[in-house]
Amino acid sequence: MSAPAAVRRPPAPAATAPPRPRRSSRRRKAVLLQLACLAITAFMGVPLYLITLAALSSRAALNRFPLSLLPTDLSTETMSRFLDSTGVVPGFVNSLIVGLSTLVFALLVGVPAGYALSRYAFRGRDPYQLFLLLTRALPIVVLSVPLAKVFLTTNLYDTTYAVTLLHTALALPTTVLITAAVFVSVPRDHEEAAAVLGANAAQAFVRVVLPQALPGIAASAMFTFVMSWNEVLGAAILTLNQRTLPAQVLATLADSPLAYRFAGGLALVLPALVFIAVMRKYLVNMWGTTLR
Amino acid sequence: MADIVISELVKTYPGGQVRATDDVSLTVADGEFVVLVGPSGCGKTTLLRMVAGLETPDNGSIAIAGRDVTDLPPRQRNISMVFQSYAIFPHMRVRHNIGFGLRMRKVPAAQVNERVRRAAEVLELTDYLDRYPAQLSGGQRQRVAVARAIVVDTGVLLMDEPLSNLDALLRLQFRAELKKIVRQIGTTTLYVTHDQAEAMSLGDRVAVMRGGRIAQIGPPLEVYDRPSERFVGGFLGSPPMNFFPAVVRRADGGARLWVGDQVLAAPAHLATYDGREVTVGLRAENIDVATAAGDGPAGGGPASGGSAGGPVRATVEVVEPTGASVLLTVRLEGHELKVQAPPGYQVEPDSPVWLRCRPESLRFYDAETALALVS
Repeated sequence: MSAPAAVRRPPAPAATAPPRPRRSSRRRKAVLLQLACLAITAFMGVPLYLITLAALSSRAALNRFPLSLLPTDLSTETMSRFLDSTGVVPGFVNSLIVGLSTLVFALLVGVPAGYALSRYAFRGRDPYQLFLLLTRALPIVVLSVPLAKVFLTTNLYDTTYAVTLLHTALALPTTVLITAAVFVSVPRDHEEAAAVLGANAAQAFVRVVLPQALPGIAASAMFTFVMSWNEVLGAAILTLNQRTLPAQVLATLADSPLAYRFAGGLALVLPALVFIAVMRKYLVNMWGTTLR
Repeated sequence: MADIVISELVKTYPGGQVRATDDVSLTVADGEFVVLVGPSGCGKTTLLRMVAGLETPDNGSIAIAGRDVTDLPPRQRNISMVFQSYAIFPHMRVRHNIGFGLRMRKVPAAQVNERVRRAAEVLELTDYLDRYPAQLSGGQRQRVAVARAIVVDTGVLLMDEPLSNLDALLRLQFRAELKKIVRQIGTTTLYVTHDQAEAMSLGDRVAVMRGGRIAQIGPPLEVYDRPSERFVGGFLGSPPMNFFPAVVRRADGGARLWVGDQVLAAPAHLATYDGREVTVGLRAENIDVATAAGDGPAGGGPASGGSAGGPVRATVEVVEPTGASVLLTVRLEGHELKVQAPPGYQVEPDSPVWLRCRPESLRFYDAETALALVS
């Protein structure tokens, strides 16, 4: 409540208390901070709002001038037309499958790797970390063509599995590095205490380390899922019929009406947003209880 | 209940040049409280961690309750431990923190609850059982760590500087409480600290460590009173033992100590070191101080030639009243000495004082090896 109030009447304290410039400058800083927050929120929020508005407006409303900026003329016509068009629902399902399996694979491989990086000193640890980052230096297009050839010969081409593998490979460096950083922040003492109190290595990991690392792992999962959901180039090259949603939308974007594009945009943004919202709530909950 | 037998334990950390523990042997009897004390880097924590199974020794063996545990993982050693950082699990309520060891040992739930309740009672945590560690103060977290260690009722309790993160007042308070609790449960305890006062107050025996070795081990008062080497005397006690060089001279059947031009009486057995320079060790509280030469019972004025060894003259440099006593820093023939005078003792800086001590309270060390001279 107090923050918006401060935004609304910033000159008041400066005017009433001129001999105390420090306080007024602090006040001004707070106001500027609020303004910056608002600006950034608007920067992210306005396009989202416009896309949502357009996707939920009737085609007639879209063509009207001037365009109404308030949801006066809502209709599900555009959205349902978009969902009915070929390939959209299967594409949506494929995207979901690829995103979730990428997440599972990346965590299955990345979490142990991150744990090892954080807990053990082994020969070549630092070069390994650098090498992980280097894999991201290769453009996806460059990777995808040889990959397509490999998948063609192994009969994996045009399957969600192929896209999952590609996305897992793309997500692994960040998963490994993020989880390594997270595990470093879980004190070794805690594991040792668990060991002395009778836990074996697996129990110590599952009961003591993992719960404390979960917020970080959730963040990395979020990152992985959104990356997979948004990745379009590789998915488009590696599939023909089993397109993920972005690949499908991209393929049909050029020759589709304006309304379709807005609907596609909303369909692309929405699941990722929902996923982030769900994970974020969890993230804050965890940190709220574990951190001082 | 269990005893701990550590024999010839050697450990060098990877990449390190010096041994963290150098051929350490130590036996802790069943129910005994042994304190490992020493400056940082002396190997005391390494030794404790090897007993816990958190470090692997390069050589030597550890037996707990007659069973060789050298190659066993921590969970099979039947020990519990309190960590310096407490290592309380932040994602578990106090109740589950304390009960963790019991649940790992597959104790039935009803029994876990009962034992957690009792341990919480002992450590006055009953009201906090359903809180998260983040909602506790430092002292309360410390209590949770101790409760978690004692609730499992193992034969051996290991403590790694458990009080070092508490503020001074709380530390003093909890020290006594800890001693009471450990005595009640009667467990064999190995306790690591760098605080000499803590070591003196807690241990049945105190092991003073230096450079990966045990310099001296014994009951606190014995170690305090008869340090086996100069280092031990300088480490234990506040203020630490005074050391100054002196030359032994045989005189009328006994021995005298020449400190510069002044003479102190020495025990007769020292006569065998006639003519040699020794390091004299003397506790601050064993020095009687007087503002006049003739003051006090023992005779013999200022040292002159072959006198019997009366009071020696020193100059006061600093006067520090501490409440329970007055701590004087005096200079005797160029050597700085700490002297503990009775409370309310009046003396001005730069004024002369006469010091006297009983010959039996003097300790003698080889000037080169710093080891105690056999008497």
